Amino acid sequence: MADLKTTPLHALHRELGAKMVPFAGYEMPVQYPMGVMKEHLHTRAAAGLFDVSHMGQVMLESENAALDLERLVPQSLVGLKDRRQRYAFFTNESGGIMDDLMVARARDGHLFVVVNAACKDADIAHMKAGLQNSDVVVITDRALLALQGPLAEVALNRIIPVAEMAFMDIATFPSDYGNLWVSRSGYSGEDGFEISVQADRAEAFARALLAMEEVEPVGLGARDSLRLEAGLCLYGNDLDETTDPVQANLTWAIQKARKPGGERAGGYPGEHVISAKLANAPDPEDRRRVGIHPEGRAPMRDGVVLYEAEDAADPVGIVTSGAFGPTVGHPISMGYLPQRLSTTGTRIWGDVRGKRMPARVTDLPFRPSTYKR
Amino acid sequence: MKYTEDHEWLSLDGDIVTVGITDHAQEQLGDIVFVELPEVGTLISKDDEVVVIESVKAASDIAAPIDGEIVEVNESLTTSPSKVNDDAEGEAWFFKVKIDDTSQLDQYMSEDDYKDLIA
Repeated sequence: MADLKTTPLHALHRELGAKMVPFAGYEMPVQYPMGVMKEHLHTRAAAGLFDVSHMGQVMLESENAALDLERLVPQSLVGLKDRRQRYAFFTNESGGIMDDLMVARARDGHLFVVVNAACKDADIAHMKAGLQNSDVVVITDRALLALQGPLAEVALNRIIPVAEMAFMDIATFPSDYGNLWVSRSGYSGEDGFEISVQADRAEAFARALLAMEEVEPVGLGARDSLRLEAGLCLYGNDLDETTDPVQANLTWAIQKARKPGGERAGGYPGEHVISAKLANAPDPEDRRRVGIHPEGRAPMRDGVVLYEAEDAADPVGIVTSGAFGPTVGHPISMGYLPQRLSTTGTRIWGDVRGKRMPARVTDLPFRPSTYKR
Repeated sequence: MKYTEDHEWLSLDGDIVTVGITDHAQEQLGDIVFVELPEVGTLISKDDEVVVIESVKAASDIAAPIDGEIVEVNESLTTSPSKVNDDAEGEAWFFKVKIDDTSQLDQYMSEDDYKDLIA
């Protein structure tokens, strides 16, 4: 793994016995000795610590960063209050999703943006080209950790006073580990926090958390099954440049102000495609992201082709993420089907190793999320 | 007990061979969430893919180590696949094969040789 980048916690992962794998150009822990299943269940029962330092942290510096970034995303950022965070996505000229990201409104109207590791170079170039009035400052001297689970608050509160924060609040705290930038968010469907910490203090901070009884290290394997149970998309699997937000069932993440008739409607790449879909009745043949519950015990993983009937000749869709859901106790998948087949309860068939296996379209998330509102 | 390079174990009793995967194999696979077994009565040839195991990570095929007829399968694994993680070389056997020629097992490793392989 010679050409791979490492995070500031690399030595700690090794020490903890992590199995390291290449992911988005980084050598990352896929699991620790506890194993994917137990790491998943521990996160749901107590608190899991994730290294997500491979993700891109970027500060958009200008008083008008919100209005500026609205050129590139269909979200309302002008409407984002101080110290609040929001889910967003970059769109391209045909309305496809270039990446999904988190945007927080920090001091002086600056925006703190977290983007996916695999897309970060492209995202940074895209922001530098598209934001005329803001400095795009890439933060390379900070690690990013996520502490997720019902006991995350209890654990982190021993270091900094986070109990008053609500879901999607952000705050900064001085601490024994330097200044910590905290958001009450994550990608597991659990209450929890993402914490940006100086790279040279990250290991000491992680060790302090791991020393607590509630906290275990959790790798990318469980991160994937946790986010899938929570119905959250993985960019590159469930979202890509050929998939628009209507197809991805993410219209909830486009605020009224940016929808047709809103005060700052449109004005982002691919607006013509997305606005037309938002304004008109759905095309029954257009794709929709759905939850899929296989009826048997065999997981339907990404790439499984979906059919309308057991003996249908032509496929109607495809699974984009699939796994066994440790908390729900059965296999779970997400995928794309024609809108006419996207109703909850619709029976479909997936081709698993040459056999047609029955499944049903189901509501997302598979497990209700437990965010602290 | 005999062992294959594919991390299967074979245990001979008369003309019946019981087949499972080794403890080392289950450790490498991780948490097992699904096991698909062949049907009783199936005639198998060496290298046929007879069992599918899915772990939290991926699907793996288990190849038949010998020629013969499936006479029994461990149905309890379809409802409790995690048994393979708990007791791979004991209760979590996969299937039993009736064989004509017991010399088929001669090609496989002893326990000591297998331990050397995975060391």
